[in-house]
Amino acid sequence: MSPKGETGLLALPVGERDHTQGPGGNAPVTLVEYGDFECPHCRQAYPIVKEVRSRVGPRLRFVFRHFPLTQIHPHAQHAAEAAEAAGAQGAFWQMHDRLFERQFALEDENLIEYAVELGLDGDRVAGELAAHTHKARVREDFMSGVRSGVNGTPTFFINGARHDQSWAVDSLTAAVERAVAVET
Amino acid sequence: MTRMTTPLAPGAPAPDFTLPSAPGQTVSLRELRGRPVILAFYPADWSPVCGDQMALYNEILPEFKRYGAELLGISVDGVWCHKAFAEHRKLQFSLLADFEPKGAVARAYGVYRDGEGIAERALFVIDGDRTIRWSYVSPIDVNPGADGILRALDKLEPGPGSGAR
Repeated sequence: MSPKGETGLLALPVGERDHTQGPGGNAPVTLVEYGDFECPHCRQAYPIVKEVRSRVGPRLRFVFRHFPLTQIHPHAQHAAEAAEAAGAQGAFWQMHDRLFERQFALEDENLIEYAVELGLDGDRVAGELAAHTHKARVREDFMSGVRSGVNGTPTFFINGARHDQSWAVDSLTAAVERAVAVET
Repeated sequence: MTRMTTPLAPGAPAPDFTLPSAPGQTVSLRELRGRPVILAFYPADWSPVCGDQMALYNEILPEFKRYGAELLGISVDGVWCHKAFAEHRKLQFSLLADFEPKGAVARAYGVYRDGEGIAERALFVIDGDRTIRWSYVSPIDVNPGADGILRALDKLEPGPGSGAR
């Protein structure tokens, strides 16, 4: 009995709401990561995803959605909201990268400092964090992950199916390449 | 590895049990009558996949509560082991010790791995009348997530006290 078809299918299709890297909707393969900026495994996966993108090239679209495990990662929720706050100023991916690179320092003052370093309006980020402006968006990502069978962080979906194998660079690249072959 | 039994299927009555939930405390399925119950059998405390599975359910607990559902984790570990594990992971739900006679409840639900002496990674959603409405056995090294549980809860008749959907 295969778990596929019963659990582990992306419940919320990738769309306009998402933060994407790479080509638009015409890419043969979409890789979705559900991640948590305070999760050490997601930190490990961060350069791996970059490497997979560089190997596969323009055939791959990458999407990051939030899945903060707040019970074990006390800074994860605010970090996710800070990424959204940066996104509201057009810099989601710059903040995404910065948060993984500085995972050791994710206090609110650090989050605001990173925004300023990226040339963003730090006061606006601070205000949006305080007002929980992006809380609902992060929750929406989280619940879409729950409904899709996200089973820890990071969880990857390749063209809508949960990737249950290793996400080491070679196996993740191979899985993406297999999906490319199916689609082209 | 041969599985000696098959998991109880939807429509079957859920076997009652009474198991320790903490030193000096027990939980019985019959006490939870009238509410949906999620049974999450798992192989062992502390193993990495289980830890993630229970941490995930801990995070999703508010969602389960919207259905008025009670989540119970079950493994063959003893109560003191469960206590240390739950404290370490800050788990907000009960872990039951299927410890003596070992694995008896897992056997009753058809999810005991005889050769290894542990439970399968198996999920059951039981309605308020103690009928199994959904069951699922995941490959032992794959955390099944919570999407199947939520779909099964969606399909239950909304009972009194259950959260509005």
